[in-house]
This record gives sequence, structure tokens and C-alpha cells, in this order.
Amino acid sequence: MAISVDTPETSRDLCRKAGYTYTFLSDPKAEVIRRYDLLHQGAGVNGQDIARPAEFLLDSSGVVRWVNLTEDYRVRARPEQIIEAAKALK
Amino acid sequence: MNKRLWNWHLWAGFLLCLVGFASFPFFARFPVTRDVPWVNFLLFAIGGAAFFVSFKRAFGQSQQYRGKIAGPILGTLSVLAVGFFCYIVFYMTRQLPVSAGAPHVGQKAPEFVLPDTTNQPVSLASLLSTPLVGTQMPPKGVVLVFYRGYW
Repeated sequence: MAISVDTPETSRDLCRKAGYTYTFLSDPKAEVIRRYDLLHQGAGVNGQDIARPAEFLLDSSGVVRWVNLTEDYRVRARPEQIIEAAKALK
Repeated sequence: MNKRLWNWHLWAGFLLCLVGFASFPFFARFPVTRDVPWVNFLLFAIGGAAFFVSFKRAFGQSQQYRGKIAGPILGTLSVLAVGFFCYIVFYMTRQLPVSAGAPHVGQKAPEFVLPDTTNQPVSLASLLSTPLVGTQMPPKGVVLVFYRGYW
């Protein structure tokens, strides 16, 4: 599932255009983003606070099993990396 | 004056640097050309080689070739374009918070409830416990992807 500061409407448009079928959640006030210490202050186009890119793999009990905190927002985790990490889940 | 040949390498070099710069939004759509923007650097390198030839002709064979004035102008513009490109990919996109407090491997991910695209509240606990479509079992795990968004 994916989280951003986008509104549900923006995410709905994105899912429709890109064909994404997984869950997209909206955190417009960046409350959860802040709780995860992933806030990138003033990085939005109009200086809004947004999320820095980050990917987590949780096991069925909600424990983090794999994490990727990129140092360059152009470079994100590739699907193959996450699938490889997910193979270790029981 | 008018007999001197057109120094086309100069314009080819300039065009390659310009295309190398302007094509980044396109190549950024594919991870193989985004993570390391090698196509853009290849275009810059070929452009640089063309500039090298054109400068040799403009200044070494100035009786034969044109480009003594256009050369430095187009060269400067190209250096600025390549410099700005390097600033973006080597500096700007790396200005990210450290996020030392983000959940580590082995830690439990903090619970949350947020609205989905239909404005229905969804909790992390529900994502972990709701069986996937077509199965009876809850998922083996969940991938959380935080992204910058489109605002």
C-alpha cells in the first residue's frame, strides 16, 4: 500500500490513470508521515511538507522485515528488490 | 569571409547538450535510465566531442571554418546546461532528511488509520488481517510505500 500527502481524489485519479490496484491512503496533514519520521519539510512545489520516499516490508505481525530509505529521491526501491525481500516472509 | 565553411560540429554539439538536458524528464520515467542517468551523460559526452572538433576547426583552421564567435557562446550555454543538470542529479535530489527515527528492521511499525481513495478509513491492522481477494488467509506481509505525491 502507498501513503502520500495527496488527497483521496488525487490518488484516485493517479490509480485510474496508472492502473494501480493496491491501496492508496491519504495523509494530507502528514501526521502518519511525521510519526514515521519521514517528513520532508517544505519540499513540495509550493513549500508544503511532504513525505520523503521510503519503502517498508512488514511481516504478518506488523514487524519491519526490510526497509529502504533512499539517499536520492530519484532512486527508489525496484519491485524485484521488494519481491526478493518478501520471499523470506513465512 | 563568406567562403569559410559552416562549422556544423558546433551546432551538433550544442544540440546534443540541449537534448541531453531536456530529455531527462523522459528518461526519468524508466528506472534503468533514471537511477544513473547514463543516456543523458552519453549525449553530453558526444556533444563535448563535437565541440572539441568544432573548436579545433574554428580556432586552428580559422581561415577555413567559421565559429569563432558562435563557438564560445554555444559552448558557454552548453556548459551551463550540463552544470545545472549535474547540480540537479548530484545535489538537489539528495537533499533528504536523514529520518533516523523511522522504524528499523525488527521494530513494530506504528499503527495508523488513514482514508483510502474512496474516503473509507483503513488501518494498518486491517491491512495485515484482511484476507486477500480470492483467499481465506491474511497476507504474509504488507509493503508500505511512502512517496512524495503529486499534490
